Amino acid sequence: MSIPRSSSGKRLRSVVPGWGLFKGMWLTFRTFLRKPVTVMYPVEKEIPPERARGVIALDVEACTVCMLCARECPDWCIYIEGHKVQQPPAEPGGRARTRSVLDRFDIDFALCMFCGICVEVCPFDALFWSPEYEYSAESLADLLHGKERLTQWLATVPEPPALEGSEPEGGEP
Amino acid sequence: MSLLDNVWVVLAVKLGLAVVILFALALVVMFAELKVSAHMQHRIGPYFAGGRWGWAQVFAEALKFLQKEDLIPRDADAPVFRLAPMVSLLGTFAVIVIIPLSPVLVAGDLDVGIFYALAAGSVSTIALLMAGWSSGNKYSLIGGLRAGAQLIAYELPLVLAVVGVVIQAGTMSMVGITEAQAQPLFHIGSVGISLPYALQGQIIGFVIFMIAALAELVRIPFDMPIAESELVMGYLTEYSGIRFTMFLLGEYAGMLAMSAIASVLFLGGYHFWGLNADWFGPFVLIGKSLILVFVMIWFRWTWPRLREDQLQSLAWRWLVPLALANIAVTATLKVVL
Repeated sequence: MSIPRSSSGKRLRSVVPGWGLFKGMWLTFRTFLRKPVTVMYPVEKEIPPERARGVIALDVEACTVCMLCARECPDWCIYIEGHKVQQPPAEPGGRARTRSVLDRFDIDFALCMFCGICVEVCPFDALFWSPEYEYSAESLADLLHGKERLTQWLATVPEPPALEGSEPEGGEP
Repeated sequence: MSLLDNVWVVLAVKLGLAVVILFALALVVMFAELKVSAHMQHRIGPYFAGGRWGWAQVFAEALKFLQKEDLIPRDADAPVFRLAPMVSLLGTFAVIVIIPLSPVLVAGDLDVGIFYALAAGSVSTIALLMAGWSSGNKYSLIGGLRAGAQLIAYELPLVLAVVGVVIQAGTMSMVGITEAQAQPLFHIGSVGISLPYALQGQIIGFVIFMIAALAELVRIPFDMPIAESELVMGYLTEYSGIRFTMFLLGEYAGMLAMSAIASVLFLGGYHFWGLNADWFGPFVLIGKSLILVFVMIWFRWTWPRLREDQLQSLAWRWLVPLALANIAVTATLKVVL
């Protein structure tokens, strides 16, 4: 076995048998003296990044029941039901329109793998990522978040980032 | 005639004290391992059990093990299987009685103290072989045989490392060896300076003894008999509940016993410069032992496991010749000086 000997420091390391063992011991000892990185979770909490994928929020007003999210979901964990209602014409003599009304919008977070495809694919900006993560449940069924629960998450959604090329409001780049 | 004149009462009291102290310290060592390993990995470790610093974690774990079912495999050799953990503990308990905590606080000061300790300590070899063979499990068998080969291989450097000290002290008694280290070696002014044997030229013996002790205790980096990535859990594979706990306790008590022996032989036992051995002796000796135990834990959480052939080659090709050379040099110097 050839040992590379380029500098004196390297030679020492390769000549002293078990030099690496003591290097390792020095490392563990240093780590031993340092403060642990543990966050005592229920007492103190880690603040996730603003754009963390914690939970998906739903804006019911923006949803048009187009079903794109449900169809793109790799886990099929989004359940949508809706019905159409007749809307009176906007002006007298006009044609009556139909509008879709959302009856049910459930996301099963027991199945969800947080890929975010539904958020990406929504053409009407009805789905958002929220960094909230504390929604564990004792029963699997409780992880099925309904329309109301998903709407509640909307309050925790951070402001969207400024569009590229547009002037930011604060004046700072 | 008072009660303390009865030899059996005295014996029972001594044994009881030794066992209680050993058990208590073994629990301390177990807790230390949990905490030290955690901090070496940037964790906190046990924290909530018992309120402060998770001090009750070891008791909680002991209780957990006590509740578990005591399984004995159908194909196991039941009597031997049941006996093995007790034999394992027995070896450690037999050793602990000769360790002197202070000039008077010693359960039994034998003239052949260290010889007896090494002989009694070897009983654990049989325990591991018993456990491995009686389990009726191929992994246990391989683990047990590995343990047998390992313990026999390292018994030699262990004994040879001790011989150097015995030559230098001229006695095998544990108290005698400790007192020999307290003799002033040279004088600065009128103050006699004594040195423990590790600083009197037995440093090689000390290193060999510690390496061999680690191998005797089947601890990383010498835990091939357990080798969980190859042998499930080696000879411990089929053990559960209270019997597994006994093996575990045996390991930690063994660490303590080996460290205490090393402290007595190489680090001056209950003597420390400027401290009265009669009063501070127990604290000094236990402190020295715990420092050595910490080093053992430190090794475990830093180093990887050796390969089986590396283990054997380390013992036979390096430690035994080195220990023999150490004996030769020590004996020569003893005669010449």
